[in-house]
Amino acid sequence: MQTAVDQELLALRKTAREARRLVVQAVHHSKAGHLGGPLSAADVLTALYFKILKIDPERPHWSDRDRFIMSKGHSAIGLYAVLALRGFLPVDELQTFDQINSRLQGHPDMTKLPGLDMSSGSLGQGLSPGVGMAIGAKLLGKDFHTWVMLGDGEIQEGQVWEAALVAERYNLDNLTAILDYNGLQQYGWTVSVANGKRQPRISIENPRQRWEAWGWNVLEMDGHDIGDILQTCQKALAVKNKPTLIISRSIKGKGVSFMENDYNWHSKVLTDAEFAQAMTDLAQPVEGE
Amino acid sequence: MPEAVAMREAFASTLVELAATYPNLVVLDGDLANSTRAEVFEQHYPDSFLEMGIAEQNLMGVAAGLATVGFIPWLSSFAVFLVNRDLDQLRMVVAQPNLNVKIGAGYSGLFTARTGKTHQDVSDLSVMRAMPNMTVVAPADAVEARLAMQVATASPGPWYVRLVRDATPVLFGSDYQFVPGEVVTLRSGTDVTIVGTGVQTVRALGAADLLAEVGISAEVLHAPTLKPLRPDALIRSAEKTGHVVTTEEHTVIGGLGGAVAEILGEHRPTPLSRHGLNDLYLESGSNDDLLQKYGLTPRHVAEAAQKLLRRA
Repeated sequence: MQTAVDQELLALRKTAREARRLVVQAVHHSKAGHLGGPLSAADVLTALYFKILKIDPERPHWSDRDRFIMSKGHSAIGLYAVLALRGFLPVDELQTFDQINSRLQGHPDMTKLPGLDMSSGSLGQGLSPGVGMAIGAKLLGKDFHTWVMLGDGEIQEGQVWEAALVAERYNLDNLTAILDYNGLQQYGWTVSVANGKRQPRISIENPRQRWEAWGWNVLEMDGHDIGDILQTCQKALAVKNKPTLIISRSIKGKGVSFMENDYNWHSKVLTDAEFAQAMTDLAQPVEGE
Repeated sequence: MPEAVAMREAFASTLVELAATYPNLVVLDGDLANSTRAEVFEQHYPDSFLEMGIAEQNLMGVAAGLATVGFIPWLSSFAVFLVNRDLDQLRMVVAQPNLNVKIGAGYSGLFTARTGKTHQDVSDLSVMRAMPNMTVVAPADAVEARLAMQVATASPGPWYVRLVRDATPVLFGSDYQFVPGEVVTLRSGTDVTIVGTGVQTVRALGAADLLAEVGISAEVLHAPTLKPLRPDALIRSAEKTGHVVTTEEHTVIGGLGGAVAEILGEHRPTPLSRHGLNDLYLESGSNDDLLQKYGLTPRHVAEAAQKLLRRA
């Protein structure tokens, strides 16, 4: 028999699947955009926007809302899809993605779409504004929480570590970064080439040791298990005196058979046949359905 | 000689003064507060002083985040770092979202305590002027620096305020009003117009004295705002004298000289000489030695004017 919790998890899994379908449709429609990263982040974004963040789609500028920064800005369409499902914009508007006059820019533009707390796109920059928001909350005596989603490739940027140091200095327990650890970046370091297939090295090894060395509390979760995501985010909220990094183990291109774990799908245009296959894959029942 | 005051002292005292009116004013320092004098602000408002360490890229991003939650961040570091080290951060999270971040660009120009080319920014005005949404100000003295900081704090959006380390002459009295974009006529003349910006305006006035000794009547204008820059006063003066010299403690490419050339080229083509640093980097040396070697003294400005008059 299904409990209320089971039903809630099932609903969130279905929402995440719908977000993935919207991502694939929007990118196929516009003939440009990123796929691998938005698909790897879809479950986390769904859990955050439907269960964790204190937000109100009717009041996107509400001053006490939790903040979210998509530091890996090329996953914008993943965020837009979840924002649309959450009621921040009409779902139909996703069809305007990265076309002229759209509020849905190729990378998030906070001046265009209410609900975006920071602009991003040039990598490695999102954690710093998150530090600013978290310091600001403490200065204001407000209890909103700031969440930043980092790509595992972009933490190669030095600025991320500048921000990590300052977050630790200011004891920012109201700041949580989620590392979308899908292991792949756009190209990466070549490890081997066999049968014409190139294998890159993992984007960054040992993220736990690196962040712990910087004074952060580190948690890990399965980035595709909604229940684990919710529990881990709640744990992060309970931590005192330290910022938290959650390593979200994920699969680049998750949900579309031929995209999973293939760095070539970082950003690539789908043929109509590939689109049909992707939508078939994303029609499969989710766990518990 | 008029009284001399260092702009960095005005920077510090003005921050303290402004914090009384703006409780949401915060200062972000890049480990240079005892150089920029932001340390004075920390002594008065320790909770609003945020040390960011030697990490300017993060400093700029933190400022952007603070601006989104209602703070007015003033940045304390050297011009050369705030413009160059975090240029991409400035572009993407401050200028593009048009956030309320105020850049107190200390140690601009030549006066950097003999540190040499690595610490001298000779192109900050060009770079900042080219950045959409950025207001760019180069005050002539401590009085104008204070007024510009007041207006910057009261105005939304990003501002770049060019500040100088060492004492420079005070030009303006307590009745002076700083109006963003406006060009100020400091001295009337009929033969040639000399337009200065920042502390170089003081040397433009010195040049006018030297020119008067040889019977040349120079009109001296001061352009404290590089962007926006209202064209009317420049055009009127160009029509009156028929010859324009720009002078700046900065490269002649893209700063004041570039801005005036753009305006006159479009509205009132006039024989023009752009005086300043000629597309080069400098070196260590005393302030006076640098001004002499790189040709920024009143005598050099006067010579540029005479050369233009001979050419035209």
